[in-house]
Amino acid sequence: MKTIKKIALVSLMGVALAASAAVLKTDPAKSSVSATFKQMNVPIESKFKKYTVAIDYDAAKPDASKATVEVETASLDMGDPEYNKEVAKKEWFNSAQFPKATFVSSAIKSAGAGKLTVTGKLTIKGKATDITFPLTVKTEGGKQVFDGALPIKRLAYNIGEGEWKDTSMVADDVTIKFHVVAGQ
Amino acid sequence: MQRYTKTAMLLHWLIAVMIVSAFFLGLTMVDIPGFTPTKLKYFSWHKWLGVTVLALAAIRLLWRQANKPPAPLVSIPPWQHKVADGVHYLLYFLMFAAPISGYLYGSAAGVPVVYLKLIPLPALIGPDPELKAILKTVHYVLVMTMAGVVVAHALAALKHHFIDRDITLKRMLPRI
Repeated sequence: MKTIKKIALVSLMGVALAASAAVLKTDPAKSSVSATFKQMNVPIESKFKKYTVAIDYDAAKPDASKATVEVETASLDMGDPEYNKEVAKKEWFNSAQFPKATFVSSAIKSAGAGKLTVTGKLTIKGKATDITFPLTVKTEGGKQVFDGALPIKRLAYNIGEGEWKDTSMVADDVTIKFHVVAGQ
Repeated sequence: MQRYTKTAMLLHWLIAVMIVSAFFLGLTMVDIPGFTPTKLKYFSWHKWLGVTVLALAAIRLLWRQANKPPAPLVSIPPWQHKVADGVHYLLYFLMFAAPISGYLYGSAAGVPVVYLKLIPLPALIGPDPELKAILKTVHYVLVMTMAGVVVAHALAALKHHFIDRDITLKRMLPRI
């Protein structure tokens, strides 16, 4: 076979293989990315109002899947406009310098029926850490519903500096919850 | 001299101190700009005081059913008794309404109470921005009314003690 035909054939095969992994569109009305934290031991669940999720998911081959989540740090809604303004400040997210927090997956593995283990890089306020967390996936109304909870320590990302380093006021443990409904 | 029971006295003064503390904490805490650890602490202490006042007020009401207060003094004209009764009813009403409105306000704001940082208390109503705004005003009106009534109540007690020179105030104090 001529070289150019070989290249064309291999490229076509590559495209055909890639097409089976599906890039899903997130339904923003049904999805949410939130951060739950405790202040004076009172749990506060706050949603990020602005975020994007890019999921490339193949149920038959989870290993070939990829997920990227980008959150606008200044969009955290704690139910009070004054508090929301505070969280964007330097001691907390420092949204002026770090407007986005991102998660980029490096590996997604099946962990049984409807369960995935996701590994990737979480970058917040300029600090990147490698994290692994569980994700459940189920099909509902023709769409994929992903649910996951990622526990982090806020001080590892310098969130809450100065007098806010005191974890008896705002606890170190923060859980980031993903509820993503996505389809083709 | 017929005095109030020691329990009634204890509840009266304890609740009084707590109400005054909660009131001044409340005024101070809302004026703190931004979001500081001190502000968070004051909000929590304010709420714990309110919840405690509510519980103590319930106990106090029950105690009062079983232990009637001393008889009205004959030296005081009936119209003054009527005014005093009215003020005392109002104080009892406010002792419940103020903390309840505050509790619901916090629930509507999405910040429930974890009593003394240990016991999570039920939210009763979910986060609701509209209700939050309404309850904020209700709570403010109730506590400011209570402040006025408390001052009137205290001044009246002092009038009885220093001007009328009767045992009204002494009855609420133990033999010292």
